[in-house]
Amino acid sequence: MKIDGKKAIWKDYQKEIAEDKFYYVRSCVRQNFFPGSETAFLRIMRDILKKDVFEHPCHTTCTGIGYHSDIVPVETTMTVVARQFALMTESGYENLMPSCITSFGLYTEILDTWHHFPEVEEKIRKQLRKATGREFKSPKNLAHASDVIYKFRKEISAKAKYKLVNKNTGEPLKVVDHIGCHYAKMFPSKGVGGAEYPYVLAGMVEEWGGQVIDYPERRHCCGFGFRQYLVQANRGFSIACSKEKFESMKPFKPDMIITNCPGCPMFLDRWQYVINEMEGKTYGADGEGIPVFTYEEVAGLMLGFDPWDLGLQMHQTDCEPVLEKIGIEYDPAAKYVINGVNTKTNAKAYLTVN
Amino acid sequence: MQELKNYHEMLMQDIRFEEGLNACMNCGVCTAICPAAEFYNYDPRQIVDIVQTGDNDEIEKLMKSDVIWYCGECMSCKTRCPRGNAPGLVIMALRGLSQDLGFFVESEKGRQQLALKRTVGQWILTHGYCLYLEGVGTAMHPEQGPVWDWIQANWKELFRRLGANYQGDGPGILRKIPEEAMDEIRRIFDVTGGTARFEKIEDASRKKAREMDMAFDDGIDNEYFRHIYKTNNNSHTRQK
Repeated sequence: MKIDGKKAIWKDYQKEIAEDKFYYVRSCVRQNFFPGSETAFLRIMRDILKKDVFEHPCHTTCTGIGYHSDIVPVETTMTVVARQFALMTESGYENLMPSCITSFGLYTEILDTWHHFPEVEEKIRKQLRKATGREFKSPKNLAHASDVIYKFRKEISAKAKYKLVNKNTGEPLKVVDHIGCHYAKMFPSKGVGGAEYPYVLAGMVEEWGGQVIDYPERRHCCGFGFRQYLVQANRGFSIACSKEKFESMKPFKPDMIITNCPGCPMFLDRWQYVINEMEGKTYGADGEGIPVFTYEEVAGLMLGFDPWDLGLQMHQTDCEPVLEKIGIEYDPAAKYVINGVNTKTNAKAYLTVN
Repeated sequence: MQELKNYHEMLMQDIRFEEGLNACMNCGVCTAICPAAEFYNYDPRQIVDIVQTGDNDEIEKLMKSDVIWYCGECMSCKTRCPRGNAPGLVIMALRGLSQDLGFFVESEKGRQQLALKRTVGQWILTHGYCLYLEGVGTAMHPEQGPVWDWIQANWKELFRRLGANYQGDGPGILRKIPEEAMDEIRRIFDVTGGTARFEKIEDASRKKAREMDMAFDDGIDNEYFRHIYKTNNNSHTRQK
């Protein structure tokens, strides 16, 4: 496949990403499933890149999953978001950096709505005042946390201990980049590379030595679908979407998947396990699963963070094949050790995809 | 005599309807790209067409049907529409009105809103998070697999080992959100219609449970909840 033209197009889509002084808002999904990723992100931002990142203890969910499950009305969500803006304003920050893609999409949508309908913004300001007495300024810059890692990908590369390269063959690892739908599908101009050729993860992969795979269902949703996963009766939709992606990427022999949305890596990880249980199928080489990572985990691995500090033991599809290919030094026996105690002596029981 | 309602006008009150629907030319690109249309008996083009005709009876039928609950709100349709429409936003407006009018309990998929309210909605109002998964095990989520059993068994120690400020004061992962912040969130829900929406979901569901002769209480372990959470009559998907 000729990709020179696509590379040229990618270069045309850039967005403004702040340089420093970030106001960080956490992700409900990432906190529950990938706590090590948010920890690693702040370690990279503060300790390695020396950036000022502030987090307010009183910020809450943006209600995004409730909003997209349609139990939370739009004005309620807008007012909760306005409260997040107010906490940022009171803290003296202007550059909003959400961890979550659903939040990022929601903030983008709300700012766009307020731009087109100033009377709606005015109404929300009144409601926020009535409920909390707070006032707010809209963010000067809104960048997802993956945008910020993308912006500083070269600085990370300069300090990296490892590359996305197979140590035995010297070949770049083949990487599937999976972008969360709400990153750029709603507002393509707000994402690096737009909706068609999003470059936010591809840029990291290429800078860190890997090769991005272009495959037919590259832009297909992972299958979260909010209510389509959250209610047990609907989960067939969710697994069917992920399966469609796995079937489509398999012929390209991916070594790993990198994601920027908090939910997608969980689904792409867990549905591989379920498909294996149901049909005995695997999608990686040699009967293994395809390890799925958050971008924070990949950045952390490149920088030499311990895989178990990153929380890779919380994945259902084992990460070890990628650690071995890159040649990352790690202690396999420490995977389930917490506070010096091996919490799972029969660790093999969890290697369900191998 | 029942008051006549103009549903199209009611939908127009929702900012997402105004944003999401200019004149649709029915090209069907939204249906071509839609993941839900691949899986379910679902055609967003048709829904937008019905809604823009303003046919009151047909819109009421939609709001009482399973069809409006198939969308996954990925918003792939928004990227592709040559007119800049967003059928996904039209769906959100229809779902909102269906709940406000109590129509959602008339379909299997619509009735699931109670399950979402009592899980995600409850977590928002009690913890300040959309998900708060300590204690939510593989009985409700078997797909989470054996690793999730291990995570649940070691939740507090594992989260702290990974840098979380679990249930702690101050910032951090799964911190305890201060009570004054939770009070603000609950007041926002009261002032902006969030609490009213939750009450409508509860009231209509309670009536429906009675009509269906099913046991109903405030929790997630009663006959009606289990029914709406697990039932799939297998008529929803495309047959390949």
